[in-house]
Amino acid sequence: MPMQLQIITAEREVFSGEVDALVAPGVAGQLGILPNHAPLMTVLQPGELLVRAGGDDSYLALSGGYLEVLGNQVIVLADAAEDVDEIDEARAQEALVRAQERVAGRESDIELEQAVASLRRAQVRVTVARRRRSTPHRSLAPQARQ
Amino acid sequence: MPSVRDIRRRIRSVENTGKVTNAMSLIAASKMRRAQLAVTDGRPYAEKIHEVIATLAAQPTDDDTVHPLLETRPVNTVGMVVITPDRGLAGGMHANINRQVARFILDSDATVRSIVVGRKGRDFLVRYTDTVQAVFTDLSDRVSLADTTAISRLVIDGYTAGEFDEVHLAYMRFVSTVQQQPVIERILPVEPAALESAQRVGYIYEPDPATVLSALLPQFVEMQVYHAILESIASEQSARMVAMRNATDNANQLASDLTLVMNKLRQDSITNELLDLVGGQVAMEG
Repeated sequence: MPMQLQIITAEREVFSGEVDALVAPGVAGQLGILPNHAPLMTVLQPGELLVRAGGDDSYLALSGGYLEVLGNQVIVLADAAEDVDEIDEARAQEALVRAQERVAGRESDIELEQAVASLRRAQVRVTVARRRRSTPHRSLAPQARQ
Repeated sequence: MPSVRDIRRRIRSVENTGKVTNAMSLIAASKMRRAQLAVTDGRPYAEKIHEVIATLAAQPTDDDTVHPLLETRPVNTVGMVVITPDRGLAGGMHANINRQVARFILDSDATVRSIVVGRKGRDFLVRYTDTVQAVFTDLSDRVSLADTTAISRLVIDGYTAGEFDEVHLAYMRFVSTVQQQPVIERILPVEPAALESAQRVGYIYEPDPATVLSALLPQFVEMQVYHAILESIASEQSARMVAMRNATDNANQLASDLTLVMNKLRQDSITNELLDLVGGQVAMEG
Protein backbone atom coordinates (compact mmCIF):
# COMPACT_ATOMS: atom_id res chain seq x y z
CA MET A 1 0.00 0.00 0.00
CA PRO A 2 1.52 3.32 -0.98
CA MET A 3 1.61 6.39 1.22
CA GLN A 4 0.90 10.03 0.53
CA LEU A 5 3.91 12.30 0.30
CA GLN A 6 3.85 16.05 0.25
CA ILE A 7 6.99 18.14 -0.08
CA ILE A 8 6.40 21.80 0.62
CA THR A 9 8.61 24.83 1.03
CA ALA A 10 7.64 28.31 2.14
CA GLU A 11 7.50 29.32 -1.49
CA ARG A 12 5.71 26.49 -3.24
CA GLU A 13 4.50 22.93 -3.14
CA VAL A 14 7.28 20.89 -4.71
CA PHE A 15 5.59 17.53 -4.87
CA SER A 16 2.41 15.86 -3.82
CA GLY A 17 1.48 12.29 -4.62
CA GLU A 18 1.69 8.62 -3.76
CA VAL A 19 5.05 7.02 -3.07
CA ASP A 20 6.26 3.59 -1.89
CA ALA A 21 9.26 4.58 0.19
CA LEU A 22 11.54 7.44 0.99
CA VAL A 23 14.93 7.94 2.55
CA ALA A 24 15.46 11.26 4.27
CA PRO A 25 18.51 12.93 5.83
CA GLY A 26 17.48 13.12 9.50
CA VAL A 27 19.67 14.96 12.01
CA ALA A 28 20.41 11.64 13.65
CA GLY A 29 21.25 9.92 10.37
CA GLN A 30 19.58 8.55 7.27
CA LEU A 31 15.99 7.69 7.86
CA GLY A 32 13.95 5.24 5.82
CA ILE A 33 10.19 5.62 5.81
CA LEU A 34 7.89 2.89 4.56
CA PRO A 35 4.10 2.84 4.52
CA ASN A 36 2.42 2.50 7.93
CA HIS A 37 5.30 4.10 9.78
CA ALA A 38 4.59 5.19 13.36
CA PRO A 39 3.85 8.91 13.90
CA LEU A 40 7.16 10.73 13.73
CA MET A 41 8.40 14.28 13.80
CA THR A 42 12.00 14.95 13.03
CA VAL A 43 14.42 17.68 12.05
CA LEU A 44 16.20 17.16 8.75
CA GLN A 45 19.69 18.24 7.88
CA PRO A 46 20.85 19.36 4.45
CA GLY A 47 21.04 16.24 2.35
CA GLU A 48 19.58 14.07 -0.31
CA LEU A 49 15.99 12.93 -0.24
CA LEU A 50 15.29 9.71 -2.09
CA VAL A 51 11.73 9.08 -3.15
CA ARG A 52 10.68 5.73 -4.58
CA ALA A 53 7.38 5.52 -6.41
CA GLY A 54 6.28 2.68 -8.67
CA GLY A 55 9.83 1.34 -9.08
CA ASP A 56 11.28 4.72 -10.09
CA ASP A 57 13.70 6.63 -7.91
CA SER A 58 13.74 10.38 -7.62
CA TYR A 59 16.32 12.49 -5.87
CA LEU A 60 15.92 15.92 -4.36
CA ALA A 61 18.43 18.21 -2.71
CA LEU A 62 17.08 19.42 0.62
CA SER A 63 18.65 22.20 2.59
CA GLY A 64 17.25 21.24 5.92
CA GLY A 65 13.69 21.14 7.17
CA TYR A 66 11.27 18.88 9.01
CA LEU A 67 9.57 15.62 8.35
CA GLU A 68 6.29 14.53 9.77
CA VAL A 69 4.71 11.11 9.48
CA LEU A 70 1.13 10.75 10.56
CA GLY A 71 -1.10 7.92 9.47
CA ASN A 72 -0.06 7.16 5.97
CA GLN A 73 0.76 10.78 5.28
CA VAL A 74 4.30 12.05 5.07
CA ILE A 75 4.94 15.75 4.96
CA VAL A 76 8.34 17.24 4.30
CA LEU A 77 8.59 20.88 5.28
CA ALA A 78 11.77 21.88 3.50
CA ASP A 79 13.74 25.10 3.71
CA ALA A 80 14.44 24.55 0.04
CA ALA A 81 13.96 21.50 -2.13
CA GLU A 82 15.24 21.06 -5.64
CA ASP A 83 14.79 18.17 -7.97
CA VAL A 84 17.81 16.70 -9.79
CA ASP A 85 16.72 18.27 -13.05
CA GLU A 86 16.29 21.69 -11.52
CA ILE A 87 19.91 21.93 -10.48
CA ASP A 88 22.49 23.33 -12.82
CA GLU A 89 25.54 21.22 -12.05
CA ALA A 90 28.07 23.77 -13.25
CA ARG A 91 26.53 26.46 -11.11
CA ALA A 92 26.27 24.16 -8.13
CA GLN A 93 29.96 23.37 -8.56
CA GLU A 94 30.83 27.06 -8.66
CA ALA A 95 28.79 27.66 -5.52
CA LEU A 96 30.67 24.85 -3.85
CA VAL A 97 34.02 26.41 -4.70
CA ARG A 98 32.85 29.80 -3.44
CA ALA A 99 31.63 28.22 -0.21
CA GLN A 100 34.98 26.49 0.26
CA GLU A 101 36.76 29.80 -0.20
CA ARG A 102 34.49 31.42 2.33
CA VAL A 103 35.23 28.74 4.87
CA ALA A 104 38.95 29.20 4.30
CA GLY A 105 38.81 32.98 4.42
CA ARG A 106 36.40 33.41 7.31
CA GLU A 107 36.95 36.13 9.82
CA SER A 108 34.62 35.36 12.68
CA ASP A 109 32.89 32.37 14.21
CA ILE A 110 29.48 33.48 13.02
CA GLU A 111 30.82 33.80 9.53
CA LEU A 112 32.36 30.37 9.78
CA GLU A 113 29.06 28.92 10.86
CA GLN A 114 27.29 30.49 7.90
CA ALA A 115 30.04 29.50 5.53
CA VAL A 116 29.96 25.89 6.69
CA ALA A 117 26.20 25.82 6.32
CA SER A 118 26.37 27.10 2.76
CA LEU A 119 29.21 24.68 2.06
CA ARG A 120 27.05 21.78 3.14
CA ARG A 121 24.14 22.95 1.04
CA ALA A 122 26.45 23.33 -1.94
CA GLN A 123 27.85 19.83 -1.42
CA VAL A 124 24.37 18.36 -1.34
CA ARG A 125 23.40 20.10 -4.53
CA VAL A 126 26.51 18.89 -6.32
CA THR A 127 25.97 15.31 -5.11
CA VAL A 128 22.37 15.36 -6.23
CA ALA A 129 23.23 17.02 -9.53
CA ARG A 130 25.70 14.20 -10.29
CA ARG A 131 22.86 11.72 -9.95
CA ARG A 132 21.50 13.03 -13.17
CA ARG A 133 24.23 11.25 -15.05
CA SER A 134 25.11 8.40 -12.75
CA THR A 135 21.74 7.05 -11.65
CA PRO A 136 18.52 6.42 -13.52
CA HIS A 137 15.87 8.65 -12.05
CA ARG A 138 12.52 10.18 -12.67
CA SER A 139 11.84 13.86 -12.26
CA LEU A 140 9.40 14.92 -9.58
CA ALA A 141 9.64 18.59 -10.37
CA PRO A 142 6.47 20.40 -11.24
CA GLN A 143 6.57 22.47 -14.38
CA ALA A 144 8.42 25.67 -13.68
CA ARG A 145 6.04 28.56 -13.39
CA GLN A 146 6.68 31.64 -15.47
CA MET B 1 -12.23 81.53 -22.82
CA PRO B 2 -9.47 79.16 -23.99
CA SER B 3 -8.88 78.85 -27.68
CA VAL B 4 -9.49 75.71 -29.70
CA ARG B 5 -5.78 75.19 -29.90
CA ASP B 6 -5.39 75.33 -26.12
CA ILE B 7 -8.09 72.76 -25.67
CA ARG B 8 -6.62 70.49 -28.30
CA ARG B 9 -3.28 70.63 -26.49
CA ARG B 10 -4.99 69.83 -23.21
CA ILE B 11 -6.78 66.84 -24.75
CA ARG B 12 -3.54 65.45 -26.06
CA SER B 13 -1.93 65.78 -22.64
CA VAL B 14 -4.87 64.10 -20.91
CA GLU B 15 -4.80 61.28 -23.43
CA ASN B 16 -1.10 60.74 -22.84
CA THR B 17 -1.65 60.58 -19.12
CA GLY B 18 -4.41 58.06 -19.77
CA LYS B 19 -2.04 55.91 -21.78
CA VAL B 20 0.50 55.93 -18.96
CA THR B 21 -2.03 55.06 -16.27
CA ASN B 22 -3.51 52.37 -18.47
CA ALA B 23 -0.09 50.78 -18.93
CA MET B 24 0.53 51.00 -15.18
CA SER B 25 -2.74 49.30 -14.41
CA LEU B 26 -1.97 46.47 -16.83
CA ILE B 27 1.48 45.97 -15.33
CA ALA B 28 0.04 46.04 -11.83
CA ALA B 29 -2.58 43.48 -12.85
CA SER B 30 0.04 41.01 -14.03
CA LYS B 31 2.23 41.57 -10.98
CA MET B 32 -0.79 41.16 -8.78
CA ARG B 33 -1.59 37.78 -10.29
CA ARG B 34 1.93 36.61 -9.58
CA ALA B 35 1.87 37.97 -6.05
CA GLN B 36 -1.46 36.30 -5.41
CA LEU B 37 -0.04 33.00 -6.60
CA ALA B 38 2.92 33.41 -4.29
CA VAL B 39 0.55 33.97 -1.38
CA THR B 40 -1.46 30.84 -2.17
CA ASP B 41 1.66 28.78 -2.86
CA GLY B 42 3.04 29.63 0.56
CA ARG B 43 -0.14 28.82 2.38
CA PRO B 44 0.19 25.02 2.85
CA TYR B 45 3.60 25.50 4.46
CA ALA B 46 2.27 28.20 6.75
CA GLU B 47 -0.66 26.09 7.86
CA LYS B 48 1.43 23.02 8.43
CA ILE B 49 4.10 24.75 10.46
CA HIS B 50 1.41 26.38 12.57
CA GLU B 51 -0.16 23.02 13.26
CA VAL B 52 3.14 21.37 14.15
CA ILE B 53 4.01 24.13 16.59
CA ALA B 54 0.64 23.81 18.25
CA THR B 55 1.19 20.07 18.66
CA LEU B 56 4.70 20.57 19.96
CA ALA B 57 3.86 23.29 22.42
CA ALA B 58 1.20 21.04 23.89
CA GLN B 59 3.83 18.41 24.68
CA PRO B 60 4.73 18.13 28.32
CA THR B 61 8.37 19.07 28.86
CA ASP B 62 10.61 17.44 31.44
CA ASP B 63 11.69 20.76 32.96
CA ASP B 64 10.10 24.15 33.32
CA THR B 65 12.25 26.01 30.83
CA VAL B 66 10.28 27.88 28.25
CA HIS B 67 11.71 28.52 24.82
CA PRO B 68 12.84 32.17 24.59
CA LEU B 69 10.45 32.89 21.74
CA LEU B 70 7.49 31.63 23.76
CA GLU B 71 8.37 33.53 26.89
CA THR B 72 6.03 36.35 27.92
CA ARG B 73 7.58 39.35 29.65
CA PRO B 74 6.18 42.57 31.08
CA VAL B 75 6.01 44.91 28.11
CA ASN B 76 8.32 47.90 28.20
CA THR B 77 9.41 48.05 24.60
CA VAL B 78 7.39 47.01 21.62
CA GLY B 79 9.03 46.15 18.33
CA MET B 80 6.99 46.99 15.30
CA VAL B 81 7.66 45.63 11.85
CA VAL B 82 5.93 47.97 9.42
CA ILE B 83 5.56 46.66 5.90
CA THR B 84 4.76 49.28 3.28
CA PRO B 85 5.28 49.64 -0.46
CA ASP B 86 8.30 51.36 -1.93
CA ARG B 87 6.31 53.23 -4.52
CA GLY B 88 3.21 55.36 -4.49
CA LEU B 89 0.43 55.77 -7.05
CA ALA B 90 -1.47 53.01 -5.34
CA GLY B 91 -4.47 54.94 -4.08
CA GLY B 92 -4.87 55.29 -0.34
CA MET B 93 -2.86 52.19 0.46
CA HIS B 94 0.17 53.61 2.22
CA ALA B 95 -1.89 56.29 3.95
CA ASN B 96 -4.11 53.57 5.38
CA ILE B 97 -1.32 51.46 6.74
CA ASN B 98 0.61 54.46 8.05
CA ARG B 99 -2.45 55.82 9.81
CA GLN B 100 -3.02 52.48 11.50
CA VAL B 101 0.60 52.34 12.63
CA ALA B 102 0.50 55.93 13.91
CA ARG B 103 -2.59 55.16 15.94
CA PHE B 104 -0.90 52.08 17.39
CA ILE B 105 2.18 54.09 18.37
CA LEU B 106 0.07 56.82 19.97
CA ASP B 107 -2.11 54.37 21.89
CA SER B 108 0.75 52.21 23.11
CA ASP B 109 1.90 52.67 26.69
CA ALA B 110 5.24 51.07 25.97
CA THR B 111 8.07 52.53 23.95
CA VAL B 112 7.66 51.56 20.33
CA ARG B 113 10.61 50.91 18.07
CA SER B 114 9.91 50.32 14.46
CA ILE B 115 11.61 48.31 11.79
CA VAL B 116 10.39 49.65 8.50
CA VAL B 117 10.17 47.83 5.21
CA GLY B 118 9.49 50.06 2.21
CA ARG B 119 10.04 53.74 1.43
CA LYS B 120 6.50 54.90 2.09
CA GLY B 121 6.57 53.77 5.68
CA ARG B 122 10.10 55.01 6.18
CA ASP B 123 9.29 58.52 4.95
CA PHE B 124 6.24 58.70 7.15
CA LEU B 125 7.76 57.30 10.34
CA VAL B 126 11.02 59.20 10.05
CA ARG B 127 9.11 62.43 9.60
CA TYR B 128 6.44 62.06 12.25
CA THR B 129 7.88 59.75 14.87
CA ASP B 130 11.22 59.01 16.47
CA THR B 131 10.75 55.28 16.55
CA VAL B 132 12.66 54.12 13.51
CA GLN B 133 15.37 51.64 14.32
CA ALA B 134 16.00 49.90 11.03
CA VAL B 135 14.94 50.36 7.45
CA PHE B 136 14.75 47.90 4.57
CA THR B 137 13.92 49.14 1.10
CA ASP B 138 14.09 47.96 -2.49
CA LEU B 139 12.76 44.47 -1.98
CA SER B 140 11.93 43.00 -5.33
CA ASP B 141 8.37 42.25 -6.45
CA ARG B 142 9.28 38.58 -6.56
CA VAL B 143 10.56 38.35 -3.06
CA SER B 144 12.00 35.06 -1.83
CA LEU B 145 12.18 33.72 1.68
CA ALA B 146 15.92 34.32 1.69
CA ASP B 147 15.39 38.04 0.96
CA THR B 148 13.34 38.46 4.09
CA THR B 149 15.42 36.52 6.58
CA ALA B 150 17.52 39.59 7.40
CA ILE B 151 14.37 41.27 8.67
CA SER B 152 13.21 38.28 10.69
CA ARG B 153 16.70 37.74 12.13
CA LEU B 154 16.70 41.29 13.45
CA VAL B 155 13.35 40.69 15.11
CA ILE B 156 14.25 37.31 16.58
CA ASP B 157 17.65 38.45 17.86
CA GLY B 158 16.11 41.62 19.27
CA TYR B 159 13.49 39.62 21.10
CA THR B 160 15.93 37.06 22.44
CA ALA B 161 18.29 39.80 23.61
CA GLY B 162 15.43 41.53 25.43
CA GLU B 163 15.45 44.62 23.21
CA PHE B 164 11.78 44.07 22.50
CA ASP B 165 9.29 42.52 24.89
CA GLU B 166 6.74 42.07 22.17
CA VAL B 167 6.89 42.26 18.41
CA HIS B 168 4.02 43.27 16.16
CA LEU B 169 3.71 43.05 12.44
CA ALA B 170 1.80 45.74 10.51
CA TYR B 171 0.88 45.15 6.89
CA MET B 172 -1.89 45.34 4.34
CA ARG B 173 -3.77 42.10 4.20
CA PHE B 174 -4.93 41.12 0.76
CA VAL B 175 -8.65 40.41 1.03
CA SER B 176 -9.64 40.73 -2.59
CA THR B 177 -8.65 42.70 -5.65
CA VAL B 178 -10.71 45.67 -4.54
CA GLN B 179 -10.27 45.30 -0.83
CA GLN B 180 -7.18 45.43 1.34
CA GLN B 181 -7.16 45.72 5.04
CA PRO B 182 -4.50 47.16 7.30
CA VAL B 183 -3.73 44.71 10.09
CA ILE B 184 -1.44 44.69 13.10
CA GLU B 185 -0.64 41.26 14.50
CA ARG B 186 1.49 40.17 17.39
CA ILE B 187 4.12 37.71 16.24
CA LEU B 188 6.29 37.49 19.35
CA PRO B 189 6.00 35.92 21.84
CA VAL B 190 4.64 33.09 19.74
CA GLU B 191 1.25 32.02 20.89
CA PRO B 192 0.62 28.42 19.90
CA ALA B 193 -2.90 27.77 18.74
CA ALA B 194 -5.09 25.72 21.04
CA LEU B 195 -5.38 22.14 19.94
CA GLU B 196 -8.35 19.95 19.51
CA SER B 197 -7.75 16.88 21.62
CA ALA B 198 -8.09 14.56 18.63
CA GLN B 199 -4.85 15.98 17.25
CA ARG B 200 -2.77 15.00 20.22
CA VAL B 201 -1.02 12.04 18.72
CA GLY B 202 1.89 10.28 20.38
CA TYR B 203 4.65 11.27 18.01
CA ILE B 204 8.17 9.94 18.06
CA TYR B 205 10.37 12.99 18.18
CA GLU B 206 13.82 12.99 16.78
CA PRO B 207 16.04 14.13 18.45
CA ASP B 208 13.47 15.35 21.07
CA PRO B 209 10.46 17.68 21.25
CA ALA B 210 12.41 20.61 22.69
CA THR B 211 15.01 20.53 19.90
CA VAL B 212 12.40 20.25 17.21
CA LEU B 213 10.48 23.14 18.73
CA SER B 214 13.46 25.40 19.06
CA ALA B 215 14.38 24.75 15.43
CA LEU B 216 10.82 25.40 14.29
CA LEU B 217 9.99 28.56 16.21
CA PRO B 218 12.43 30.92 14.47
CA GLN B 219 11.33 29.43 11.19
CA PHE B 220 7.74 30.14 12.09
CA VAL B 221 8.54 33.80 12.73
CA GLU B 222 10.50 34.04 9.50
CA MET B 223 7.61 32.55 7.66
CA GLN B 224 5.15 35.01 9.13
CA VAL B 225 7.30 37.96 8.11
CA TYR B 226 7.74 36.51 4.63
CA HIS B 227 4.04 35.92 4.33
CA ALA B 228 3.17 39.44 5.45
CA ILE B 229 5.50 40.83 2.80
CA LEU B 230 3.84 38.69 0.14
CA GLU B 231 0.42 39.88 1.23
CA SER B 232 1.63 43.44 1.20
CA ILE B 233 2.96 43.09 -2.35
CA ALA B 234 -0.31 41.58 -3.53
CA SER B 235 -2.21 44.41 -1.85
CA GLU B 236 0.05 47.04 -3.31
CA GLN B 237 -0.31 45.75 -6.84
CA SER B 238 -4.06 45.35 -6.64
CA ALA B 239 -4.48 48.78 -5.06
CA ARG B 240 -2.36 50.24 -7.83
CA MET B 241 -4.27 48.36 -10.48
CA VAL B 242 -7.59 49.72 -9.23
CA ALA B 243 -6.27 53.24 -8.72
CA MET B 244 -4.72 53.34 -12.16
CA ARG B 245 -7.81 51.92 -13.80
CA ASN B 246 -9.86 54.68 -12.19
CA ALA B 247 -7.33 57.22 -13.35
CA THR B 248 -7.56 55.88 -16.90
CA ASP B 249 -11.34 56.08 -16.82
CA ASN B 250 -11.15 59.64 -15.54
CA ALA B 251 -8.68 60.59 -18.22
CA ASN B 252 -10.92 59.15 -20.93
CA GLN B 253 -13.95 60.92 -19.51
CA LEU B 254 -12.07 64.19 -19.31
CA ALA B 255 -10.78 63.82 -22.85
CA SER B 256 -14.27 63.22 -24.22
CA ASP B 257 -15.70 66.15 -22.26
CA LEU B 258 -12.96 68.38 -23.57
CA THR B 259 -13.56 67.16 -27.10
CA LEU B 260 -17.19 68.21 -26.82
CA VAL B 261 -16.20 71.67 -25.58
CA MET B 262 -13.64 71.95 -28.33
CA ASN B 263 -16.11 70.98 -31.09
CA LYS B 264 -18.62 73.43 -29.79
CA LEU B 265 -16.02 76.19 -29.74
CA ARG B 266 -14.89 75.33 -33.24
CA GLN B 267 -18.43 75.38 -34.53
CA ASP B 268 -19.04 78.69 -32.80
CA SER B 269 -16.01 80.20 -34.40
CA ILE B 270 -16.98 78.87 -37.84
CA THR B 271 -20.48 80.23 -37.40
CA ASN B 272 -19.05 83.58 -36.37
CA GLU B 273 -16.76 83.69 -39.36
CA LEU B 274 -19.62 82.79 -41.68
CA LEU B 275 -21.78 85.44 -40.10
CA ASP B 276 -19.03 87.98 -40.65
CA LEU B 277 -18.66 86.88 -44.25
CA VAL B 278 -22.39 86.92 -44.95
CA GLY B 279 -22.78 90.19 -43.09
CA GLY B 280 -20.03 91.77 -45.17
CA GLN B 281 -21.56 90.55 -48.40
CA VAL B 282 -25.00 91.85 -47.48
CA ALA B 283 -23.42 95.24 -46.66
CA MET B 284 -21.62 95.32 -50.03
CA GLU B 285 -24.73 94.42 -52.00
CA GLY B 286 -26.90 96.72 -50.02
